[in-house]
Amino acid sequence: MNHILIIVGVLVLALTIAAGLIWVERRLLSLWQDRLGPNRVGPLGLGQVLADMIKLFFKEDWIPPFADKPVFVLAPGILVLTILLTFAIIPFGPHFYVFNSNIGILFFLGNSSLGVYSIVLGGWASNNKYSMIGAMRASAQMLTYEVFMGLSLMGVVMMADSFNLNTIVEAQKGGWFIIPQFIGFVVFFIAGVAETHRLPFDIPEAEGELVAGYHSEYSGMKFGMFFVGEYLGITLISALIATLFFGGWLGPSFLPPFVWLMIKTFFFIGIFILLRASLPRPRYDQLMTFGWKVLLPLALLNLLITGAILIFLK
Amino acid sequence: MNIFFYIAATVAITTTILAISRRNAIHALLNLILSLLSISVVLYLLDAQFIAALEVIIYAGAIMVLFIFVTMILNIGLENKQEKKWYNPRMWFVAAFFAGILFLDLILAVKNAQIQPVAAQVIHSKQVGISMFTTYLLAVEIAAVLLMAGIIGAFHLGSQEKKVMHRFLEKK
Repeated sequence: MNHILIIVGVLVLALTIAAGLIWVERRLLSLWQDRLGPNRVGPLGLGQVLADMIKLFFKEDWIPPFADKPVFVLAPGILVLTILLTFAIIPFGPHFYVFNSNIGILFFLGNSSLGVYSIVLGGWASNNKYSMIGAMRASAQMLTYEVFMGLSLMGVVMMADSFNLNTIVEAQKGGWFIIPQFIGFVVFFIAGVAETHRLPFDIPEAEGELVAGYHSEYSGMKFGMFFVGEYLGITLISALIATLFFGGWLGPSFLPPFVWLMIKTFFFIGIFILLRASLPRPRYDQLMTFGWKVLLPLALLNLLITGAILIFLK
Repeated sequence: MNIFFYIAATVAITTTILAISRRNAIHALLNLILSLLSISVVLYLLDAQFIAALEVIIYAGAIMVLFIFVTMILNIGLENKQEKKWYNPRMWFVAAFFAGILFLDLILAVKNAQIQPVAAQVIHSKQVGISMFTTYLLAVEIAAVLLMAGIIGAFHLGSQEKKVMHRFLEKK
């Protein structure tokens, strides 16, 4: 019974944060750009979230006649499903988790590699040139960044001696992994931005060149799924960074563990939004070159040095 | 536990048959991905968690994405006439005959074998790592050399000659 409550709680929490982020992002962006942002609906404009949701639900859900119908309908669901599944492995407190798995990090990597399908299939099923180009870019970009997303986490795994996220958090009692694993953190953060294809790495949907990229043909709630999926992705990557490198729910005892994790997560969500406000989009070949020629050697070097030091200290 | 195995096994067999018989290449690949995922569930139920995770990450997540990528580039997703011709009963006959022999063989083998329960112990990633770098070191090294050859080949195929002249003055 308790377990079912936790599952429902995590699901509701993740979806609420993702929906609320629409408002948070718009307000923060306007703060940095010296505007007011949405402030009319309800207190502080918070009703904007509700208004946007009502709009998305009641929009006409149009499937183009030239689209591949079953795949077109399936694609947005895969994105939300894979990301929501990954929330299961995040420990929100000492005994507050859905799935205490021995392969926690591998579970996350597997789900994130399945998430690629959503975008690739969405673009392919739309049967539209812009969507197709977006899907091609997305598959190349996400395949590339997945490689060292996994490699950058291996340093943490070696130090904690486990793939289990609960063990990793416990292992950080002596000190957060951000200090010994700084390179790993940087690589993971950049790969995380690319994996959620957020600005500045939103090349698959670059609206300046590709209309809206892979979701050009989507409308109504199917577009809403892609939209919410993006914010869910940001929340997930932020929560993972907080868990893997910043001690997760560890913190001074005047606040409960859950609140500590939330504070850390929202800090990184803020950085994600700040990135959008401040950085221009790189060219596509620059993105790939940067990935293979800078980040991959860095991740491998980090792995090598961490391993050497760990063996030396034993 | 058993019921999960039977569900996963049924899904695996059904999706594999669908993967062979779909004429649309992308639909076939989607079914193949489902089949790989259900095999991963079977491996997880056998307590081989690490291999189950690798099955998803490498096969379903990376290799099949490349398949779909190539299918998209070559634009062979739609059904073509040549393949339609292959799907008549005559073409299936020989293959079905030999597959039937194999199936009978399998049934006999399963029936006669002394069935032992699978060793009920969780195989941790640490054990997999240790055996990879001790017992199976040679195989790992050979696989690495093979992959290196592949990378060099891909680099050779993909490399372009450097252009030194102005593009309007180019010869050829």
